[in-house]
Amino acid sequence: MGETVEIRWHGRGGQGTVTAAKVLADACLSGGRYVQAFPEYGPERAGAPLRAYNRIGVKEVRMHCPVLNPQVVSVVDASLLDTVDVTEGATDDAVFLVNTAKDPQEIREKLKPKPGQKVFTVDATRIALEAIGRPFPNSPMLGAVCRVTGLVSLEHLLEDVRKSFGKKFAQKIIEGNLEATRRGYEEVKEG
Amino acid sequence: MARVMAVTGNEAVAEAFRQINPDVCAAYPITPQTELMQRFAAFAANGKVDTEIILVESEHSAMSACIGAATAGGRVATATCGPGLALMWEMLFVASGMRLPIVMAVVNRSLSAPINIHCDHADAMGARDSGWVQLWSENAQEAYDNTIQAFRIAEHVDVRLPALVCMDGFIIGHSITRIEFLEDELVKGFTGEYTPLNPLLDIDNPKSFGPLVLTDQYHEYKYAQHEVMWTKVRDVVLGVAAEFEKVSGRRYGLFESYRLDDAEIALVILNSAAGTAKDVVDSFRERGVKAGLLKPRLFRPFPYAEVAQALGGLKAVAVLDRADSFGGYGPVFTEVCSALYPLAKRPAVINKIYGLGGRDFLPQHAERVLKELEEIAQTGRVSVIKEYIGVRE
Repeated sequence: MGETVEIRWHGRGGQGTVTAAKVLADACLSGGRYVQAFPEYGPERAGAPLRAYNRIGVKEVRMHCPVLNPQVVSVVDASLLDTVDVTEGATDDAVFLVNTAKDPQEIREKLKPKPGQKVFTVDATRIALEAIGRPFPNSPMLGAVCRVTGLVSLEHLLEDVRKSFGKKFAQKIIEGNLEATRRGYEEVKEG
Repeated sequence: MARVMAVTGNEAVAEAFRQINPDVCAAYPITPQTELMQRFAAFAANGKVDTEIILVESEHSAMSACIGAATAGGRVATATCGPGLALMWEMLFVASGMRLPIVMAVVNRSLSAPINIHCDHADAMGARDSGWVQLWSENAQEAYDNTIQAFRIAEHVDVRLPALVCMDGFIIGHSITRIEFLEDELVKGFTGEYTPLNPLLDIDNPKSFGPLVLTDQYHEYKYAQHEVMWTKVRDVVLGVAAEFEKVSGRRYGLFESYRLDDAEIALVILNSAAGTAKDVVDSFRERGVKAGLLKPRLFRPFPYAEVAQALGGLKAVAVLDRADSFGGYGPVFTEVCSALYPLAKRPAVINKIYGLGGRDFLPQHAERVLKELEEIAQTGRVSVIKEYIGVRE
């Protein structure tokens, strides 16, 4: 990937998508990189479709507008595939990562990617239910994004998840999120 | 060692306030406030600062309480945005007329109606004539650095005026980016101890404050404000910037000149959109087009002579305004034209209004304007002076 990696997240309000973008930015600070994380602000309602963005660059990131041509598209809620064109503007070598229990091949047929584009899936909601006991897919999605982009090492990401969640949550929830992040990393499938 | 973190613009300025530890901060705690004051209030509640937080019933009262605290002799800071700044308007003139070095962060937001909480510059442009020094910031780093410098500028014995520091709402205020925080001790050393002039609480030397001054002396008070803004502030801003560079390694001036030295066409643009536009300027440069950019930092006082020198030799300039003066030109455009008018030979200048109420400023907007400038530079003909861009059909 080039000097600046641009990521677009598609999720629904209440799933922790914005938090995932924030944690990723924090984890990517290592090595002197420049980072951005920001949501598209609208009326904030649980369940409403939302987008969040990351830019990760080796040079100062000066672009201050939504990501229009993402190299990475992370779909936190697969029900959005029916209503939002998640492939819009994606680069010819873009990577799509979708939270779904479905077979990656099935998602590939739905997205109709260009020849150079890749499709990955991870069953992030199931992992979250098993590891945390609640359907918050953001931690496994973070692990999966980390795996498909290679932006940071899993160890580094886990350290950051511990730090970010440590401010707000009990030890049990933190351990659950660490496990969920690790499993998201390990259980990504390519379609 | 600088601390490198990923935080929002609001958190960055709250951190500057924490390091400076002002005596008093009066603020109005709900919309249209931002997370900035919430963060700072948490520092106060957790004993990280000694600041007395005064929660008031409106933004008008917030500025009134700041004025009272500053008159008493305190170092005072606050923050506001959008309609909050508009409601302070009357008291802004009191703060500057009483020569109180209050520092205020302004997270730029639009004004109603229709109701909109997103970024534009209508709020701070409405405060343009209020006698406050205005510093503008492209990103969170600049907002943090400008806040620290604003205390030194406002409190400088040659200045003694309130100062506001602007950053774009949401785009910078609410977005997370990488920032380098200076060490607490370094910031404390840089801003130093505050020594008030003629504090109200110096009860051994009683004085009058806020007197009625009619036709006999009012004109002279305003002349004094004019003189300090016109002749003193620029040098103080540059002096403080030079000292700041020594401790931070980051250089600031009256404005940023980006690839202007041999430029034939240029954009003039404030705040975050300047960052996006710089990337586009680079792509035009790669195609061999001599494009550049000027990003104002000190908007009040406006550095007319320096801007004229920076832009005078160009063929065509577009001034992009994120605020409108309805029935007039954009506020930055009128300043740039005023700066250029005294020159015998000057560039053609056009005005674009963009990004109102948070409408995205995209690279293609900058591209379109630069292409228009290329054409003007070739033909010397301007078809439309003022135009809105990014308007949906």
